Amino acid sequence: MNRQITKLAVASLILLAALIVATTYSQRWASASLAEKQDNAIQRVAQFRIKRGLIRAADGTVLATNVRRKVGGQTLYFRRYPTGRLFANLVGYSTQARSRAGLEQSENAYLTASNANLGTIFNKTLDKLKGVTITGNDLILSARPRIQRLAMQQLAGKCGAAVVMNPRTGKVYALASQPTYDPNLVENHFNQIKAPGAPCRPAAPLLNRATDGLFTPGSTFKVVTATAALDSHKFTPESTFYDPGYCVEYGKHVSNAASPDGPVESFGHPTLAMGLQHSINSVFCNVGKALGAGTILEYMKRFGFYKDPPLETPANEKVPSGLYHSGRLFFPRNPATQVDPGRLAFGQETLAVTPLQMAMVASTVANGGVAMDPGARPRRRPRRQDHRPRPPERAEARDVQADGQRDHLDDGRGGQRRHRRRCRDPRDLGRGQDGYRGNGHLRDQHDLVHLLRAGREPEGRGRGHAREPDRVRRHHRSADRQAADAGGPQPEVEQIEPWR
Amino acid sequence: MSLRNRELLNLIVVGALTTIGFASVYIARQSVVSTASLSYAAFFLALYVVAHLVARYAVPYADPYLLPMAALLTAIGLTEIYRIHPGDAFRQGIWIIIAVAVFAGTLVALRRDYRRLESYKYIFGLTAIGLLVLPALPGIGTTVNGARLWIHFGSLQFQPGEIAKLCLIVFLAGYLREKREVLAQGRLKDFGPLLVIWGGAMLVLVETNDLGSALLYFGIFLAMVYVATGRLLFTAIGLTLFLAGSYFVYTQVTHVHERVTIWLHPWTDQKVYCALTGHTALRQDCGSYQLVKSLYSVGNGGFGGTGFGKGTFETAQGHPLIPDLNTDFIYSALAQELGLIGISALLLLFMVFALRGMRIALLADDGFSKLAAAGLTFGFALQTFIIVGGILRVLPLTGITLPFVSYGGSSVVANFVLLAGLLLISNRANAPRDA
Repeated sequence: MNRQITKLAVASLILLAALIVATTYSQRWASASLAEKQDNAIQRVAQFRIKRGLIRAADGTVLATNVRRKVGGQTLYFRRYPTGRLFANLVGYSTQARSRAGLEQSENAYLTASNANLGTIFNKTLDKLKGVTITGNDLILSARPRIQRLAMQQLAGKCGAAVVMNPRTGKVYALASQPTYDPNLVENHFNQIKAPGAPCRPAAPLLNRATDGLFTPGSTFKVVTATAALDSHKFTPESTFYDPGYCVEYGKHVSNAASPDGPVESFGHPTLAMGLQHSINSVFCNVGKALGAGTILEYMKRFGFYKDPPLETPANEKVPSGLYHSGRLFFPRNPATQVDPGRLAFGQETLAVTPLQMAMVASTVANGGVAMDPGARPRRRPRRQDHRPRPPERAEARDVQADGQRDHLDDGRGGQRRHRRRCRDPRDLGRGQDGYRGNGHLRDQHDLVHLLRAGREPEGRGRGHAREPDRVRRHHRSADRQAADAGGPQPEVEQIEPWR
Repeated sequence: MSLRNRELLNLIVVGALTTIGFASVYIARQSVVSTASLSYAAFFLALYVVAHLVARYAVPYADPYLLPMAALLTAIGLTEIYRIHPGDAFRQGIWIIIAVAVFAGTLVALRRDYRRLESYKYIFGLTAIGLLVLPALPGIGTTVNGARLWIHFGSLQFQPGEIAKLCLIVFLAGYLREKREVLAQGRLKDFGPLLVIWGGAMLVLVETNDLGSALLYFGIFLAMVYVATGRLLFTAIGLTLFLAGSYFVYTQVTHVHERVTIWLHPWTDQKVYCALTGHTALRQDCGSYQLVKSLYSVGNGGFGGTGFGKGTFETAQGHPLIPDLNTDFIYSALAQELGLIGISALLLLFMVFALRGMRIALLADDGFSKLAAAGLTFGFALQTFIIVGGILRVLPLTGITLPFVSYGGSSVVANFVLLAGLLLISNRANAPRDA
C-alpha cells in the first residue's frame, strides 16, 4: 500500500504546488491587467491611501491636487481639480465611484508611485517601511492654460475640438473639447454632468473629441493629397488642370464649393498651387484620380492615419483616423476598386479623422515634412524635487533647442521616437521641385500653431459635393461615461456632423 | 529532545508569531500599541499549551509538528478574521476552544486503540448519510447562499457535512481494509455497499447544491480506492464517469451551468441576464461579482503584500467590497495582505502538513490506519485545493472552507478531529513495540 500512498502524496503536493503557481500568476503576471480593470474597486480605494502626485500645466498652474479626509479611521486623499472644466477632457478624473479617465488613468502608475522606476520603488519602499503615507510623482504637462482657455472660448457653444501643438517638438499646448464637464462633479454629483445646450446629440461631454471624436475632414485633407501629389513626382506645383466647376466621377458631376456670394466657382485653368490656395475640389478630384486611392492611403499612413495617435491619453480615449465602414476602421485590400479616389482626395469618401490627427498633418507640414509625435507630457517630475515651475519661455526655449538638436542627430537614421517620417512639404508649392528641406528650415520662423475646429457645416456650403457619409461610430467607453453622456438611457453611437 | 518537547518549542514559536500578527493588525487599525492587542495572542498560546499537555498525556509518540502547524494556521486565520471583523474573531475564538476540547476528548477517548472504530464502519457510513440529510429536513435545515448545508438549534448553527466527511473516511477505511483484496480482483458485488453509501452521500450533496463537498467526497473516495486496491484503472474509470457526469450536469442543471460560465467568463463587455436581480447586468457586477472582487484582492497583494491590517476590503464609506470575506474568501484577504511571499509560505505550510500526514500513513503498520491517514490527509489537501483553486480560477468556485483558517465553527471542530485522528495514528506508528 505504501507505493500508492507515496503516489498520493505526490499528487497532493502537485495540487498544492499548482496553487502556488496560480497565486504567482495572479499576483505577478496578471496583477497589472487586473489593476487596470475599470471595476477594480479594491485598486481604486487602495490608491486613495496614496497621496497622488500633482498635475501641473507648463506654467505651474495646478490642474489636479488632493484633498485629505479621514474616513473610518483611515486617511484618504481625494482628487480636486482647481481649473474645473478647462482641462477636463485632457486631465480626466480619478474617483472612487467612477474609476479614472484621461491622463489620470493613463498616468496612474506614475501618479501613484507604482511605476517601475528605480527611484520611485526606492522611495515607496522607504515610505512603507517608515509607515508614512506614500506620495506619488508629480506630472508636468506641456499644456498652457492661456492657450487652452482661448481654445475653449472659441469652441464655446459648439461641439468640436481644438488642438494646438508645437510642430518642431510635438508638444501639445492645448487640447480642447466642447462640450465638456466639471471633473469635480464626477465623484458625488455625476448626474449633474450634462450639456443641455450643446448643439449636438448626444452631447457626450465626457468624450474627448480631440482624440476620440471622428469627423469628416473635408478640405483640410487636401494637404495630404497635395503631399502625395508632389512627393510621388506625378505633379508639380505648376501642373495645370481644367476646372469647369466640377469633376466627373463615375459619370456624375462632383461640384466645387459654392462661393459665399454666388454660385459654384469655376477657376478655368488653375495650377495645383492655385487649387490648394483656393481649395478647388475639381483639381483635387483629378489629382486623386490620377494618383489612385492606394497612393493617397499610403501617404495617409505616413502621416499617422490608421494608428492610434501617439498621445499619452488612455488607449480607450483615442481612435485612429482613416476610412470607416459600418463604424469600423477599414483599410481596403484593393483600393483601386474599393475606394473612390476623387472624393477621397478632397476629404470625403468615408473618411473620418480626429482633430488631433489633422493637427499632426498640419504640424508635419509646418516642420518641413518631419512628423513629431504629439505629447502632452514633456517631462515627469519625481517627487521630493523642487516643485517651483520653470519660467515657461526659458523652459520652452531649452526644450526647443534640445529637440532641435535631437532632430539633427536623427536625420537619416530614423531611430528617434519623435522622428518618424518625412513627407514633402506642400508649402513648397510654387517653389519648384526641391521639396525636401533640412530640419533647420523653420528654426527662424514662428512656431506654427494650428487650430482645428469641428462643427456644423454652414448652410449652403459644400452643396453638390460628394455624398456626406453618415459618420457613426461605436465609442469604446465605460458604461459610466456613456451614462453621463446623455443623462439617461444611453445610445452607444454618436452622429458626428460633417464639416468643412 | 523528546517529541513532545519539540512540539512545545514549536508552539512557543507559533505563540510569538501570533503575538506579532495580532500586534500588527491592532497597530494598523488603532494606530496604538496596547496590551489589549495581545490578549488574543495570550489566550491563544494558553489554549494550545493545554492541547499540548493533553497530547503529552494521550499521544506521547505522535508527530510533533502537526499540532504547531495547525496552531499556526488557526492563528493566521484568527488574526485575519480579527482584522476583518473583530466580533467574528471573538466567536471564532470560542469555536477554537470547543474544537480544542473535542480534540482533547478524542485523543483521550481513543488513546488506547482507535482501531476499534473499524468495527463500527457501517454505522459511520450511515451516520455520514444521516448527517448530510439533516440540513434537508424542514425545521432545522437552513439555506445559505443557495446551498442547504446548515442546521440550527436556536441561535447555534452547524454544518454537519464537515463531520460527515470524517465519518465517510472512517467507513471507507474500514470497508476498503476488509475488502481490498477482492476489490482489487474487480468483483462487482463487493463494490455494492461501497457504492450505496458513497452514492447516497453524493446524491444528498447534489440535492443540497453542495457541489464543493461533492467534489471533495468524490476525490477522497477515488484516492482511497486507489490506495486500497492499487488499481489505477478504477481511478481512471471513476474520473471518466465524473467528467461525463459533470458534463451532463453542466448541460442540464441551470445553476451548475452558471457556475461554469462564471468560471470561464467572469467578465463580460455586454450586459447579460442576471438571475440575482432578474435584470441585465455585466456579469462582473452580478454572478461573478465575488470571484472577480476576490481576484482583484489577490492581485492587489503583489509581491510583498500590503501588510497585516493594511489591505483594502471596504469602500471609503465602509461598505464591504468582498462578500463572505472571512469564510469562503479568506484566502484572497490573506493574499492581499501577505503578498506572494506570505501566501506562498502559507501554502507551503499546507504542503508540509500534507507531507507529514502522508508520512504518518506510510509509517502506520495496519491497513485501516494507513487508509484512514491517507484519506484524512488527502481530504485536507484536496479541500485546500478546491477552495483556493476556485478563488484563483483554477476550477469553478464552490463554497467550502479553507482548513483551520476560515471562519466557521463546524469546520474548525472537524479539522481538529482530523488532527486528533492523525496524531492517534502517528502515536501508534511511532510507539515502541513494548509500549
